[in-house]
Amino acid sequence: MATMWTTRVRRATIEKIDPQDALPDNQPSYVASWIYVFGVLTLAALAVIIGSGLILTVRGASWWHTSGVGHYVNSVHLWAVELFFVFMVVHLWGKFWMAAWRGRRFATWVTGTFCFLSSLATAFTGYLIQGDFDSQWIATQAKDGLNSVGIGSFMNTLNSGQALLLHVALLPLGVGLIVVWHVILVRKNGVVPPLDAKEIAGGAA
Amino acid sequence: MSTKERNVDLAKWSGPKRPYDLVKELVIALVVVTLLIGACAAVFGSPDERAVTLQQWGQNAPSDFVATATGELAGSTISAGYGAPYNDAAEGLTLGPLKLQKWAGITIPVNPAEDFVLKPLKSSIDSAVPTAVATWSAASADQQAKWAEDYAAAIEKAGDSAKVVEDAAYGPVPVMTAALLHLAQEGSLDGLLTTEVTPLPSDFTMPLLFLADGGYFDELGAQQHLHGDQWGMMNETGSYPGQSWLWMFSFMYQIEPFKSSENADSQIFAMLFLLNLGFIFMPKLPLINRLPRLIPFHRLIWRRYYRENNL
Ligand code: HEM
Repeated sequence: MATMWTTRVRRATIEKIDPQDALPDNQPSYVASWIYVFGVLTLAALAVIIGSGLILTVRGASWWHTSGVGHYVNSVHLWAVELFFVFMVVHLWGKFWMAAWRGRRFATWVTGTFCFLSSLATAFTGYLIQGDFDSQWIATQAKDGLNSVGIGSFMNTLNSGQALLLHVALLPLGVGLIVVWHVILVRKNGVVPPLDAKEIAGGAA
Repeated sequence: MSTKERNVDLAKWSGPKRPYDLVKELVIALVVVTLLIGACAAVFGSPDERAVTLQQWGQNAPSDFVATATGELAGSTISAGYGAPYNDAAEGLTLGPLKLQKWAGITIPVNPAEDFVLKPLKSSIDSAVPTAVATWSAASADQQAKWAEDYAAAIEKAGDSAKVVEDAAYGPVPVMTAALLHLAQEGSLDGLLTTEVTPLPSDFTMPLLFLADGGYFDELGAQQHLHGDQWGMMNETGSYPGQSWLWMFSFMYQIEPFKSSENADSQIFAMLFLLNLGFIFMPKLPLINRLPRLIPFHRLIWRRYYRENNL
C-alpha cells in the first residue's frame, strides 16, 4: 500500500517542526549583539511597505497625486522602502562578516540574496508606476539596458499597466515567499555559532 | 579548521543559552520602525514632479517638436533606428557573438513615421493635411527621406522651425509636421498615441518613445540631474534619495571601458549578472569566503562570547 499523499505531506511538514525550534524562548548565549536585530528590522520595514502599499492599491494608482492623505501614504511607502534597504544591507554585511553560511546554512545565504534581488526588481517597478516625471524618465532610460539583453521584449518599462500589475501581484508575492522561506531556514538551522566556537556544555568556562 | 569546530557549526547548540523573546523583539521592532518611517514621511515627504505631456512639449518647445517629428519621417531618431523589440532598423546591442537584443524579437512593433506622425494626422482637421499626406504616401522612400532630411537641415540652420523659409524642396513635410504640432498643442496627440489598442490606456510606449526622441524631455531630465553621466539611475527628482541600491549599476556607466562603449548597456548587464552570481555564491568563492576570518569583525560582534570563554 502506498502511503497516502496527505500522510506524506504531514510527515514532511508539521511532524518535522519542533515547536521549541519554531518559536524558541531562548537562544544560545552568543546571540547577543545589535547586529541580530537587523534581520528583524528588515522584516518590520517590509511589513510597513506591504501595509502602506495595500492602502495605496485600495484607492487606485493616481489617488496619491490628488489627496494629501494619499501623498502621505506614498511618502510612508517610499521611506519604508529606503529604510528596508538600509536595514537589509547592514544585515547582509553583518552576515558576511559573521560567515553566517557555515554549517549547512548556504541555503539561508542564497535565499537572502534572492530576497535582495527580488526586492530590487519590485522597487524598480514601483518607481515605474508613480505616474510622475520620474516614472517617465526611469522608464525611457531603463528600457535600453533591458532591451540590450533581450529582457525588454518581455518586460516593457514603457507599459505602465504591465509595471503596475507586476509591482502589486507577482513581484511582491515572490518577495514574500522568499522571505518566508529565508526565515524558516534560519529557524530550522538555528543561529550560527561564532567562528571557532567551542561548545562548552553546562555553562561558560 | 578542525573537524570539531565544524561539528559545532552543524549541530544543535547544546552550550549555554539565554532567554530571548523573539515575538516581543518583532513587536517592538514593528512599533519603532513604523514610528521612524512615519516621522521620515512627515518630515521629508516624497517627490511628485508632474509627468510631461506631448501638449507641453508642443507648447514649450514647438521647434524641437517639429524637428523631432521631421526626424521620425526621415528615420533619423533614436526610435526610428532602434531595432528590437520595436523594429528591424538596427541589429541592436550585442555581447560578443550573442545578439540577445535581436534574438528576443520584435514584440512591441513601432514604426515611428507611421505611428507617431501619419496615423495621428488622420485625425487632423487641417484642410491641407489630406493632400500633403497623399503626396507623401505617393512618393518613393528616397524622395520622402530627401524631403525630411532637407527640412531637418533647414530647421537646424535657422535655429527655429518657425524661421524656416518655405521651399518646395521640403515637399509636404512642413505641412504635416505643423499639423502634428497643432494636434499636440491642443492636447489631442496625447490621447491619439495611447488609445490605439483600447480607449482605456495603460500602455505609454508610443508617446514616451516619441517624447524621448526629442530634446525637450532630455533637457527636463538634465535639469533634474537625472542623466546617466549624472548618476541619474539612482537619483530621484528634487533632492530625494532614489534607488541608491543601484549604485553599482550606476557606477559602471561612469568608468571605462563601459563609459565609451557602444555596447555599454549589454556589457554592464552582463557584468552585473556575473557580479550577482558572485554574490549568490559568495560563500563558495575562495579567498572571499575567508575574508571574515582575515578581517576579524566577528571578534567585535561576538566579543562577549569570546571574552567569557577566554577564546
Ligand atoms: C528581505 C530581506 C531579508 C529579510 C526580511 C531577512 C530576515 C532575516 C531574519 C529575521 C533573520 C534572523 C535574525 C538575524 O540573524 O538577523 C535572518 C538571518 C539570516 N539572513 Fe536574512 N533577511 C533578508 C535578506 C538577507 C540577505 C540579502 C542576506 C545575505 C545575502 C541574508 C542572509 C542571512 C543569513 C546568512 C542569516 C542566518 C544568520 C544566522 O544563522 O545567524 N538575509 N534574515
